[in-house]
Amino acid sequence: MSEGHHHDHIHAGHDHTPHAVQEPRAEFRRLERAVRELLVAKGVIGQDDVRKQIELMDSRNPAMGARIVARAWMDAGFKKRLLDDAKAAADELGIDTSNSAAVVALENTEKLHHMVVCTLCSCYPKAILGIPPAWYKSSAYRARAVIEPRKVLAEFGTVLPDDVEIRVVDSTADMRYLVLPRRPAGTEGWSEDALAAIVGRDSMIGTTVPKAN
Amino acid sequence: MRFAPGDRVRVRDAWPESTGKKVHVRTPHFVRGHVGTVLRVMGEFANPEELAFGRQGLPKLPLYMVEFEREALFPGTSYGRESLTADIYANWLEPGEQI
Repeated sequence: MSEGHHHDHIHAGHDHTPHAVQEPRAEFRRLERAVRELLVAKGVIGQDDVRKQIELMDSRNPAMGARIVARAWMDAGFKKRLLDDAKAAADELGIDTSNSAAVVALENTEKLHHMVVCTLCSCYPKAILGIPPAWYKSSAYRARAVIEPRKVLAEFGTVLPDDVEIRVVDSTADMRYLVLPRRPAGTEGWSEDALAAIVGRDSMIGTTVPKAN
Repeated sequence: MRFAPGDRVRVRDAWPESTGKKVHVRTPHFVRGHVGTVLRVMGEFANPEELAFGRQGLPKLPLYMVEFEREALFPGTSYGRESLTADIYANWLEPGEQI
């Protein structure tokens, strides 16, 4: 029940059951189960395929993206290859993106900051970052990222100087975008592992920036 | 019609959702009718408007990363320089006016 609002009474003509909030998720779960069971029953896919796919997805996480970013910060040649062909660059580090849609890395610079959103659904570079966070899929983020990006960034604790261009990147089609954040000052001489440790998931979506501490 | 980086393009002001037919469209409402600049050519892809209905979506369509001034899309909302890119298939683009 919501705070300060007891639901032991009926409002004029309609009751406020919490179902309005919970029902859609239950609906989608039932839909997913029904479709999955039908596909398996009709032999389109096997139960094993479903399990393998879940395991594959669970094996992906933002640490993979962080390794890519750290390597790009250390190695200018790798960075160039990453910006030219992100899937091939990921492959160099043993990160398999063969089942993924095209991945494009976007470099943040002193004057340009990228922030990724999928206004139409929730397109995300899952092969490299794993499952997207809930906020990335929320209608609030999807709508507000394009309407008031600086305000959204500020809510993530990211305040950029006015002369930095914000480029909101709406992944509307066959591309998945990975932001290559700027290497923060104060990390000179750091090891690749130490660098990877400060590259958080959100900095590769472009809602935060890595910090040295 | 093919475009190259730097070309001005206009997104068609089309609303297939309003025809009453079942459609699958991947062009956001807020860029329709607007002029932008091709930033990159992303390759060629089967048409998702066809794939969504189990069809082949061939021939493949060029896909462009198009940059818009965010202020033009959402007037009165920008603080400093802000742009927005969307990936638009060729069937949604026509030549925009030259700068």
